[in-house]
Order: sequence, then structure tokens, then C-alpha cells
Amino acid sequence: MQVLRSNNLIINVIIVLIRASLSLVFGFLPTWASGNQGKGFDAGQMIGDHILDAHEIHFFTLHEGQPDEVHISVPLPVILYSREFGWDVFWSSAFHHGREHQTAEHSQNATYSADTPIHTPKQPDHSELPPGAHAYGPYILYKHKIYLAEDGGLRLGPDGKPLNKRPLDLSITKNVAGIFLAFILLFLLFRAAAKAYQRQGVTAPKGFQNVLETLILFVRDEIAKPSIGPKYEKFLPYLLTVFFFIFTCNLLGLIPFIGGFNITGNIAVTLTLAAFTFALTCLNGNASYWSHIFWPPGVPKVLYPLLIPIEIMGMFNKPLVLMLRLFANITAGHIIILSFVALIFIFSALFGPLAGYATSPFSMLFTIFMNLLELLVAFLQAYVFTLLSAIYFGQAVEEHHHSASHVH
Amino acid sequence: MNLVQFIMETGHYGMAGIGAGLAAIGAGLGIGNIGKSALESIARQPESLNDIRANMIVAAALVEGAVFFGIIVCLLVIFLK
Repeated sequence: MQVLRSNNLIINVIIVLIRASLSLVFGFLPTWASGNQGKGFDAGQMIGDHILDAHEIHFFTLHEGQPDEVHISVPLPVILYSREFGWDVFWSSAFHHGREHQTAEHSQNATYSADTPIHTPKQPDHSELPPGAHAYGPYILYKHKIYLAEDGGLRLGPDGKPLNKRPLDLSITKNVAGIFLAFILLFLLFRAAAKAYQRQGVTAPKGFQNVLETLILFVRDEIAKPSIGPKYEKFLPYLLTVFFFIFTCNLLGLIPFIGGFNITGNIAVTLTLAAFTFALTCLNGNASYWSHIFWPPGVPKVLYPLLIPIEIMGMFNKPLVLMLRLFANITAGHIIILSFVALIFIFSALFGPLAGYATSPFSMLFTIFMNLLELLVAFLQAYVFTLLSAIYFGQAVEEHHHSASHVH
Repeated sequence: MNLVQFIMETGHYGMAGIGAGLAAIGAGLGIGNIGKSALESIARQPESLNDIRANMIVAAALVEGAVFFGIIVCLLVIFLK
């Protein structure tokens, strides 16, 4: 028996090593062994888990589907507000402890947990929960979203989506953690560069300062100056911030084995960025910018009812497309990379493990190729976002000299 | 395979798939044209490379915008079925 156990240990170590080497290519591990255990491999589920936001940074799972299943992940703080239970703050690991242990042990296991609300009507009965759902106090985590338990359970609608109410979720999710990480990285890098300039003046840059100086000059000379014109200095801080933020977030999404951040592939993040550009365009729009929207020059007055709505639509159209472009490009890149990896497991599930092994070299080659392509896209999308923002600012501050021959 | 039969069998999903494919064809034609013209112009006037590149990307972005609307409609067909 002892020999068998040590054999198992060696096999486990080998499997972990294979998983770790696989995960060098992409951010997190899919349900590796599911093909061997009779469960079908669900590529859509795997890709969804990666693309969507989550309440933890998940690296991989050991002993998948077995009683001693271990999730290797970083828990993140969950911050919830609901009218019934008020504010609640606890670590997301509390949900996963609740699965194996009884609810009474929660507060011991969670590193930091708010007191379980006293007026909880009924503790959720774990047997009532659908598979994949985790309960903690009155909250149920199901498919990366938190719901309020109703009579201790989760009501699923006909389409498989829960009908329960959701609390106001202000948690530090995976995306928010990724944004914080980007903040910290950028702050440290730029502070070091700024100190170097302070210390030795404007001389030849050293070390990482080289990269930053090249990129900053690129944004200033290639993006801001030609697109905005003489008033470019006012917008340079925003353009630099947005460029470096998007670029860092895009690169974070490509670094494997750190949990697979998909920050700029989240439409809420890109919406916020595009909203900043929109607000700055509107706030800095001069008289000529607004008059072009509401009193298009050189156009017969009869066409005003037709043209003004189109101009107003165009005003909102620009940030909308800005939002969609970044979101769609980054999400599509992640999906393609993950699909190539998923091919291994799809073949493995269809034709046995040998087919999976045979597929993996080709799959890995394509994955590496796509990763390199995404490196280009990461830079290009940051550039395009900044360039288009600069062009919109340029349109807003441009001084028109109207004449009869003015052509649009 | 008969297109009508395909649409009848796959319903909304098939339509959305065809729509996404058409959007991709449009993007390919549009961006391909932009790239072709940009390369020709750069070959003629290599000194104006920077101006041409910036304008090329803006034009490509506008084409992409139109394509995204097509793809979003396809997604809406699937999600709001």
C-alpha cells in the first residue's frame, strides 16, 4: 500500500510538472485530467472561466474532481452590500472552505471575515446547491457571480441562470486586482525614471529609462503633436496615462502563469477609458467644434433636421467604437490562444489521450505564434486608442477659419 | 450544402455565424485595400511614411468600427434570441 502511494506521488509530481510546463504558454490551466476521468472536456466553460471576471486569481486545481481537490489560487476580498444584511467584507476563500467544511468553521478558516450576519434566516443547505456553487453565510457564489440565498438555496431559471437577487458587489475582483497591479508597476517604473532625471538631469537614459523615454517620445511626437496641433501639451498627461495603462494591461493579459488577467478584454474597463476620452472631448470642445455639430456650416437649413441627429450620433459613436475595438481585439486574442490549447483536450477527449499528446506540439506552435501576434496587437491597440483619442481632442480644439469655399 | 436548408436547420445561430463571416469578409476587403494603397504610397514617397502610417491606421480603425457593428448585431442575435 505504501509503495502504491509513493508511486501515486511520483505520478502526481509528473502531472504537476507537465501542467506547469503547459501553463508557461497560457495563463491558467484547464481541467487537465477531465478526459481521463470520464467527464467531457468543456472548452467553452474553460474559455469563459478565463475571459470573465472572477473573485479569485486561480492558477490550477490539483486532484480535480476528487475528494481531496485543492485549488491553487489567491483569494481576493469580497465587499458586498445588500439591504437585508448591510455591508459584508470577507476573503473569497471563505466560499471554498464552505464546500468541504460545515458552515460553523467559516470564521476559523477565513483569514479575515466579517461576523456572519446574526439575522440570517437560514443557513444554505449544501445539498440543495447546484454543482459548482459555493455558499458562505447568506451568499452563494455561482459561476463567478454572488447571489443572495433564498430559503437557503439557489433558484435556477429555465435557461440555467439563477433568479436570485444579487447584492451590490464592490469586490476587489480579478480584474480590479490586475488594475491595481498595473498601477503599482507603472508607479514604480515611472518613479524610478523620474528620480533618475531629477538626479542626473536630461542626459543619456539608463536601464529601463530607455524604454520609457522611447515610448513617451513616441506618444508625444508621433501621436500628440501631429493629431492635436499646437495645444498638445494640455492633453499629453492623459494620452500618456491611457497609453501606458492599456499597454501594461494588455501585456499583463499575455504573461502566462500569473492567473490570466483579461483587464482590457472587459467591456466595463474599456467603457470607462472611452468615457474619459468622451468627457475630455466634450469639456475641451471649443465654439467651432460645437457649432459644427449643432449648426453645420455651409449646409442649407432644410437639411438641419437630418444632419444634426447624425452629427450627435457621430459624437457618441466615436467613444462607442473606441470601447468596442479594444474590448473585441483583446478578447478575441485571448479566445484564439485558449482555443488552440483547448484543441489538445478536445482531441484527447474524443480519440483518447494519445491523440491529445500527438496534437500538443502543433497546438503549442500555434499558441506561441498567436502569443507573438498578440504582443503586436497589445502595442497596436494601445497606439490606436491613444491616436484616436488624440484625433478626437484635435477635432475638439481645432480652430476653423470659415469661408464660403469651406469644404467638409 | 443548400444555404436555405442550413439556415433552417441552425436557426439564429447559423444566421449569426453567416453574419460574422460576412463582416470578416468586409473587414478583409476594406483593410486590405487600405494596406495596398498605403504600401503603394510609401513606395512612391518613402519620406512621408509617418503621415501615411497614421492615416492608414485611422482609416483601418473606421473600417473596423463598421465591422464591429456587424459583429455586435450577430452577438445580439445569439444572446437576445
